[in-house]
Amino acid sequence: MLAQTDLTKLIFGRLTLESLPLHVPIVLGTFAVVAIGAIAVLGAITYFKLWGYLWHEWFTSIDHKRIGIMYMILGFIMLLRGFADAIMMRAQQAISFGDNVGYLPPEHYDQIFTAHGVIMIFFVAMPMVTGMMNFVMPLQIGARDVAFPFLNNFSFWMTVAGALLVMASLFIGEFARTGWLAYPPLSDIVSSPDAGVDYYIWALQIAGIGTLLSGINLLVTIIKMRAPGMTMMKMPVFTWTALCTNVLIVAAFPVLTAVLALLALDRYAGTNFFTTTLGGNAMMYVNLIWIWGHPEVYILILPAFGIFSEVTATFSRKPLFGYASMVYATVVITVLSYLVWLHHFFTMGSGASVNSFFGITTMIISIPTGAKIFNWLFTMYRGRVEFELPMMWTVAFMVTFVIGGMTGVLLAVPPADFSLHNSLFLIAHFHNVIIGGVLFGLFAGISYWFPKAFGFRLDPFWGKCSFWFWVVGFYFAFMPLYVLGLMGITRRLSHFTDPALQIWFVLAAFGAFLILLGIGCMILQFVVSFRRREALRDVTGDPWNGRTLEWSTSSPPPKYNFAFTPLVHDHDAWWMMKKYHYQRPLDGFVPIHMPLNTGAGIILGGLSFIFGFAMIWYMWLVAILSFAGILVVAIAHTFNYHRDYYLSADDVRRVEASRTELLARHV
Amino acid sequence: MSEISTTYPASAGPTQPLVFHETTESHTPNGTLLGFWIYLMSDCLIFACLFAVYGVLGREYAGGPTGAEVLELPAVAVNTALLLLSSITYGFAVLEMQRDRQSPMMLWLTITGLLGACFITLELREFAHLVSIGAGPQRSAFLSSFFTLVGTHGLHVTCGIIWLIVLMSQVAKKGLIPANKRRLMCLSMFWHFLDVVWVGVFSFVYLMGVLP
Repeated sequence: MLAQTDLTKLIFGRLTLESLPLHVPIVLGTFAVVAIGAIAVLGAITYFKLWGYLWHEWFTSIDHKRIGIMYMILGFIMLLRGFADAIMMRAQQAISFGDNVGYLPPEHYDQIFTAHGVIMIFFVAMPMVTGMMNFVMPLQIGARDVAFPFLNNFSFWMTVAGALLVMASLFIGEFARTGWLAYPPLSDIVSSPDAGVDYYIWALQIAGIGTLLSGINLLVTIIKMRAPGMTMMKMPVFTWTALCTNVLIVAAFPVLTAVLALLALDRYAGTNFFTTTLGGNAMMYVNLIWIWGHPEVYILILPAFGIFSEVTATFSRKPLFGYASMVYATVVITVLSYLVWLHHFFTMGSGASVNSFFGITTMIISIPTGAKIFNWLFTMYRGRVEFELPMMWTVAFMVTFVIGGMTGVLLAVPPADFSLHNSLFLIAHFHNVIIGGVLFGLFAGISYWFPKAFGFRLDPFWGKCSFWFWVVGFYFAFMPLYVLGLMGITRRLSHFTDPALQIWFVLAAFGAFLILLGIGCMILQFVVSFRRREALRDVTGDPWNGRTLEWSTSSPPPKYNFAFTPLVHDHDAWWMMKKYHYQRPLDGFVPIHMPLNTGAGIILGGLSFIFGFAMIWYMWLVAILSFAGILVVAIAHTFNYHRDYYLSADDVRRVEASRTELLARHV
Repeated sequence: MSEISTTYPASAGPTQPLVFHETTESHTPNGTLLGFWIYLMSDCLIFACLFAVYGVLGREYAGGPTGAEVLELPAVAVNTALLLLSSITYGFAVLEMQRDRQSPMMLWLTITGLLGACFITLELREFAHLVSIGAGPQRSAFLSSFFTLVGTHGLHVTCGIIWLIVLMSQVAKKGLIPANKRRLMCLSMFWHFLDVVWVGVFSFVYLMGVLP
């Protein structure tokens, strides 16, 4: 009997049937929906015999364009999950007044706001930003792929493994109840003995490896693989922002890795880094995690700035105003982002001098950001502005982001921060900049580059519906929170006593409902566009009369991107080529050196998921086996020296000839 | 700076047409060494965090043993010598690699690996001794940060040894082909990097740690 218990413990660790939330109807209902959806999707894939296609053409693909698209799909799916959390919170806060305790018990509510933050930052914004850089940047610099194509695939699957762990926590055990940064002592083993914080740690560690490697990869790509003639100051602005973002990733994510490892040691090995006894120091955690955390928000926003720069120039039919100042502003933001972390906890009590220093550096950051706003405005000024969907998102961004930026400067004043710290004012501020900046930027980018990725444009009608619901919904959802924050309401509350506040929460919930409609329209937009793809077809490869190199190739681009590597003479290389009536070459093709697909990335990602899950539930045997598996597969992969091949000149000619024919048919 | 000319450079001359694409397959420069160097810098940041943590917690003894009481400099001096020596022997291996002399290179690599293994053995003995006298990582914040910083370095050296063994078998199998030479250079950077980190550990943790 005893031996059997030991064996069960060895295999299943602390995972028991009680860990399954069989007594929580909301979770069971969600599980049923997710399970039915998953069975439907898997069944459809099997029915249409798509497994082979997906495996060979997507999962094992090392093509940067496919990996970029997969990152975007991951981000969008996780957006649905993160938004479901959001609307649950808004509904709870709108009704939970006085005697009404709402429909979510506090311990469930706490998991929801934690999961919402973690998912939106790590598994929505990060994959989408990475996906955007992955897809666009190599095309913009005239490269055939990224510097390390296999590593790119591996990074993606590590991110997926992390996302799956967060999703698993919904149905097996629970997620952290600590807030999205898991501050100790709340997140230590005494206060949070269950598996929630461990899910948090392992999901972020595994996804973090992917993020770091993709940062290195894209950095080397930009440094080493630009087309001849493209000097640093001739790079498209999006590529510049991608460069700075990846510098930030490489310089910030190791700190997250280190601090989460220390938290894990405190929880697993009983060390005393952040404990309240035996010399530990919890504020050190807060410092370290924000040394990662503040650069992180610039990691997200800089590529969005790059997208707005491309979109504004294209749809104003003018070169970007102040290219050099845009580049310098980006670089200055990159550097300054490391000097402001303490403004997240002015209330720590570090004294007037330290707080002043960090308050001032924070305010200084608004200068380069302001310069960027003026550059976009002056690009539009006297331009022939066309209000296509990407441009609409850009204008909405400029208005919204300025408001968010100004409340940010307000929060940077330490005395003001002392009363606004951890209030709903702060919540309104960072949603203001992340939704109004990052998300609007990503949406602009999606509608801008969608034709490049899939060969047809997005339907503008549903896009505009989605746009208006999102923008109006955003203001309804977050402006009331500014008001509430100024009245002193703190964040993360699941119940209120003062009935006078309710109307503001109802307004915010209405805003969230409008955003729900916005997301619905977005999904409809994808469906409708797919069905109308023949009418929306982009045969030229240049649907917007673009300026940068990605528009010089076909939509979607061939595997090898460019039959011949472009030569660059100025910024807006493709614009110049068009000015000079560039004729694309029709013959003389040569074999092209290409990387080979590999399944090692998805296998390693799968093993990492198992390893993470086993560590979370103390399944030591499984953990050891899966870790050994990771080592064996990784080492075995290094014995594979056959990683590339040559695409024959005939194949290139065939692909290019079909494009020539297509172009001829649509003159 | 801000106004971008819409007229295009005359450098190519009005008569000479501008060329907008290459006509041959250009050679893409290999970015592995740069990429690995950037990785090392990110790894360096992990160590920087651990050093900072040790800087904050290194004197938080919580009534437990202090550095002066438990750290034994002579043993660590031997250990430091072993690791520094292993960097030199790796250097000799790279010199032989550049002369394409596989057997002497393999010999120097073996010596490097053995020195690394001795280093790890001594370090583990030190750890076991500390735990046995009740100075384990759970005892105080000082010991937590000590074990984590030194242990992380040791873990890196262990990974380096495993990598060395794998790489030696690959060289034995495929010879000194460019891919293997590139890998040997990466491991070389890794090994020397660990040496540099150890110099920091030795000075900052051990030498300063035994001060009263």
